[in-house]
Amino acid sequence: MSKKTTGAVFGGLLLAVLLGGVANLADEPAPKDLERWQGEFMSVVKAGRELWVSPELGSNGVACAQCHPNAANTHPETYPKFQQQLGRVVALRDMINWCLRNPLEGQPLALDDPKMVAIEAYVSYERRGVPMAPGKH
Amino acid sequence: MCRCHVSTRRGFLKGAGACAVVSTLPMSMVELAFADSRRNFTFAYISDSHIQQIKGTQFVRNWDRGLIRAVAETNLLDPKPDFVVFGGDLAQLGKKEEIDHGAAMLAKLDYKYHCVMGEHDYYLDLGEYWSKLFGPHYYSWDHKGVHFVTLNSILTYEDWTHKRWPTAMQRMVEMAGLDNPNGSPFMVGEAQCDWLRKDLENVPKDTPIVLFSHSPIQKIYKGWNFWTEDAEQVQALLQPFDNVTVVYGHVHQIQYNQIGNISFHAVMATAWPWPYPQSYAQAESHLPKLTVPMNRADPFFERDATGWQLIDLDTGRVAMRYNLYNNTNRAVAFNPKTGQPEDTVFQAPQSRIDAQIHY
Repeated sequence: MSKKTTGAVFGGLLLAVLLGGVANLADEPAPKDLERWQGEFMSVVKAGRELWVSPELGSNGVACAQCHPNAANTHPETYPKFQQQLGRVVALRDMINWCLRNPLEGQPLALDDPKMVAIEAYVSYERRGVPMAPGKH
Repeated sequence: MCRCHVSTRRGFLKGAGACAVVSTLPMSMVELAFADSRRNFTFAYISDSHIQQIKGTQFVRNWDRGLIRAVAETNLLDPKPDFVVFGGDLAQLGKKEEIDHGAAMLAKLDYKYHCVMGEHDYYLDLGEYWSKLFGPHYYSWDHKGVHFVTLNSILTYEDWTHKRWPTAMQRMVEMAGLDNPNGSPFMVGEAQCDWLRKDLENVPKDTPIVLFSHSPIQKIYKGWNFWTEDAEQVQALLQPFDNVTVVYGHVHQIQYNQIGNISFHAVMATAWPWPYPQSYAQAESHLPKLTVPMNRADPFFERDATGWQLIDLDTGRVAMRYNLYNNTNRAVAFNPKTGQPEDTVFQAPQSRIDAQIHY
């Protein structure tokens, strides 16, 4: 790359920075971006918590939190793992649907249902800091 | 798949299988310590059934089955227990329908039974309907040389109870959520402590005392109310006695401890098991070091990690025999050599099994 070209590239970058602001640079998320992303995440965690304690999620009034206070004993860090009773390796969302169908006597959620994502976000958030242990029993 | 399990379980209850389960209880271990064998006796302990109304005459089947099974099995005991204690949380949301439905199941017991107040029985109408069926919230009685006391340990601050919530049902729901930060710590309260002080005044110090409460009269984890705020005050009233045992519900799991002269034993729920507090990664908790945990629950067996207890008092100390529906039965008994309750099989670290490790 010649000096001239390099100068043009830097000039272009400088222009881009001046016009578009720092946010357009992939390697430097601005504090306000981080704040927004965290806010988005926590709003989904909050929605998940609301579903977790809701008597409306299933059909019999039983809520997830009845057996799993603070989502304890859900072990999101161990999935995917082999579930003996299902005879295959399943994801956490498969077990969430198992619980919806059985103790909650309700209908399963679509695997990409925003409610499913919210429940997973809440369960994982309550387990934050615990090392990943896929397959663990 | 699950429905198959359910029908199997129902068939199991009706058939000879139930007898087989009960016959595995270690009934042959009873004739021990009192020189006067008339003092030997057992009683059964059933707790935390959380009977939950869906609507009208529909109730959550899973919880119903737990209590039905416990009642059926205790009725098969031989020799017969002297009485049964129900350890609280008969209802889920304190509703008349739930208490009535639960009481109808308890009425099938062949024995006299005593009831303990749980928070799920209390916070809708402050125990009024429960009291019509089961009597006073706290009381004591003597039986074969043992002084029994039942406390209502799930009271809380006056403000929280009377001024915080717009409706009685909201108050109930807020207290029913185990992990709900809007809840409030359990307590026995001054009035009951005064009553207990007077009740114990004339009891000789060498009389065995067995106290029933719903919450632990010790502090394990405040976040889930595995806790009684004024536990120390109650313990102080009990410490002068040579031989005291506290039996509590609420925690839906095996726990035991020794503090001074007081042995503590928790009982299983018939409804569902709870995680041990240490499995909640975000908070500190204080499970008594003595406790060898119950097995991790397998949700595919809906009665797993639930059960009921047979208690024998042949040594004047509680020997707690956990009758576990889907696990090997456990027994936790006072060891006179070490002066504390211990599991008769799993206490030594090398004797434990992987399923007892909770993470």
